[in-house]
Amino acid sequence: MAQVAVPRTRSRPQPRRKPRRGVRGVLKEMRREWTAYLFNAPGLILFVTFTLYAVVVSLWISFHDWDLIEPDRPFIGLGNYREVLGDGAFWAAIWHTVYFTVGSVIPAMAIGLGLAMLLNTQMRALGLFRAMYYLPAITPLVIAAIIWKWVYNADYGLANYYLLRLGVIDQPVQWLGSRGLAMPAVIVMGIWISVGFNMVVYLAGLQAIPAELYEAADVDGANAWQRFRRITFPLVAPTTFFLLIVQTIWGMQAFDQIFVMTSGGPPGPGGATTTVIYYLWQQGFRFFRMGYASAMAYVLFVLLFVVSFIQFRWYLKQVER
Amino acid sequence: MAAGALARSVARPRRRVRPGRVVRYLVLSAGAVLFVAPFLYMVSSSFQPLSEIFSYPPKWIPTNPTLENYTGFFGSGHQIGRWILNSAFTTATITILQLFFSSLVAYTFAKRTFPGRDFLFFLGLATMMLPAQVTIIPNYLILKGIPLFGGNDLAGVGGHGWLDSFWGIIVPNLVNPFGIFLLRQYMKSIPDELLDAARIDGAGHFKIYWKVILPLSRPALAALAIFTFQFWWGALFWPLIIISSPQLYTLPLGLALFQEQNRTVWNLIMAGSVLAAIPLIAAFLIFQRQFVRGISLSGMKG
Repeated sequence: MAQVAVPRTRSRPQPRRKPRRGVRGVLKEMRREWTAYLFNAPGLILFVTFTLYAVVVSLWISFHDWDLIEPDRPFIGLGNYREVLGDGAFWAAIWHTVYFTVGSVIPAMAIGLGLAMLLNTQMRALGLFRAMYYLPAITPLVIAAIIWKWVYNADYGLANYYLLRLGVIDQPVQWLGSRGLAMPAVIVMGIWISVGFNMVVYLAGLQAIPAELYEAADVDGANAWQRFRRITFPLVAPTTFFLLIVQTIWGMQAFDQIFVMTSGGPPGPGGATTTVIYYLWQQGFRFFRMGYASAMAYVLFVLLFVVSFIQFRWYLKQVER
Repeated sequence: MAAGALARSVARPRRRVRPGRVVRYLVLSAGAVLFVAPFLYMVSSSFQPLSEIFSYPPKWIPTNPTLENYTGFFGSGHQIGRWILNSAFTTATITILQLFFSSLVAYTFAKRTFPGRDFLFFLGLATMMLPAQVTIIPNYLILKGIPLFGGNDLAGVGGHGWLDSFWGIIVPNLVNPFGIFLLRQYMKSIPDELLDAARIDGAGHFKIYWKVILPLSRPALAALAIFTFQFWWGALFWPLIIISSPQLYTLPLGLALFQEQNRTVWNLIMAGSVLAAIPLIAAFLIFQRQFVRGISLSGMKG
């Protein structure tokens, strides 16, 4: 949630009013505006402690063989980083996270846009439909995961029952117990959870498109696909970008549903649904390898930075076109 | 998503072609049923005795509806009532204090000029890029080393500090750059004349904040309150790391561990899940308009 406003970083702080006032002038102004600092104090103290200081502490720890239980924590330089880069389980976790994120974010956005377009008319049941599609998004993730764990139950679950009846499968499937199917199963639940949010945001974006554009397109004889391709999609591009950022961050943080539904398994090299944050939690809080987990967090930071950068470049290109 | 469905939906509202309208309603209804079904199944299961839950084919309507799952969940030997209270207390505290601290900061960023303002604002924006993972481990260690708490001495060693306490859940989560940013953007749209008028009437900075800024920022405050409440009512990760005593569990943490340790009592698990979901569902049904406005506020203006 914290990173929601990323696309707006371009709006720079306003230029300073008076470029040169001298130290004395600044101090005088600071004294005059002392209540502003007072208002900022609680937030600032927390921010400095739990964000700025924490980031530095994290870097410091990542250079040590820092075990929570061992009192001896020797400096090992880049040792942790070297181990992270050569750790097959870490890269497997990265792959699982990308798999989960791409697999759930893109379909959830597409379905969300489709629903928003269906709802973007004068229709009577708008509020009801919106509430129904938003219901999963309002459900706590832990609860949603519990529901779906039961839906996927091999012997009594709804999934097997209906798929057997429809003839899609001819014998019960161990959805969460098989290496190939566990992640798709988690992804379906992820789509279910996030469609409602995408739909509501897209609906707000669609309502901002002036109707005259569609009327003009009609006059020109544009068909439905052309109207979508030439009007709707380009004009909701800022919304798409916003959702892409927010949902990517959401996907990268996937933990609750993994913890409840699969515990990172089914077992095997890497654990088929072990995401990065689940792996980090295992290393840091199950095995108490805090130095190693910190190094992992920093490698992830660099990777995420690159991904955001690429997304941003892509967005700029879309806007220019 | 089939391209056909996307294309269909672009059809203009006032066209008189009936079939398109019917198809639209059919598609939306079928989808809505799929989205609500798992949820309804949870509610239905929570009223079924275990023998009915473990029946095949699955039952949508309980033959012998019962409240035993709910009483059984409370009588399962865990302090369920405490878990609910713990969740309510931590969620309410975080929401209220976060609104207070964030709005104070947002007010100074939106409406006052003081040396260092732009630097602080830029710093806050820059850290929004930071993935949460980077601060998890250091914050755990910082909380562990809080002096004079949890058996710690003045140097912060010897005990567990703010770990395994509500302090540890609440305090690190009282500021949120996203919230500050959302509020600041909204407060910027409040006309300066109103502030000047209050100042001429002799109002100080805090009074202006309290009597002018806060009432006028209500939509943004509501949006932030909703996001914060929703997130912390369902939060698992942070409580899982911080809390180890069962009497301090929050409801999601307690449930997640309960279903892990009791894999077969699905009737109790479902009853507990309904209890955890109800407050948010109720809040959503009551405040649906604020929810929707809040989401668009964060997406469009934020």
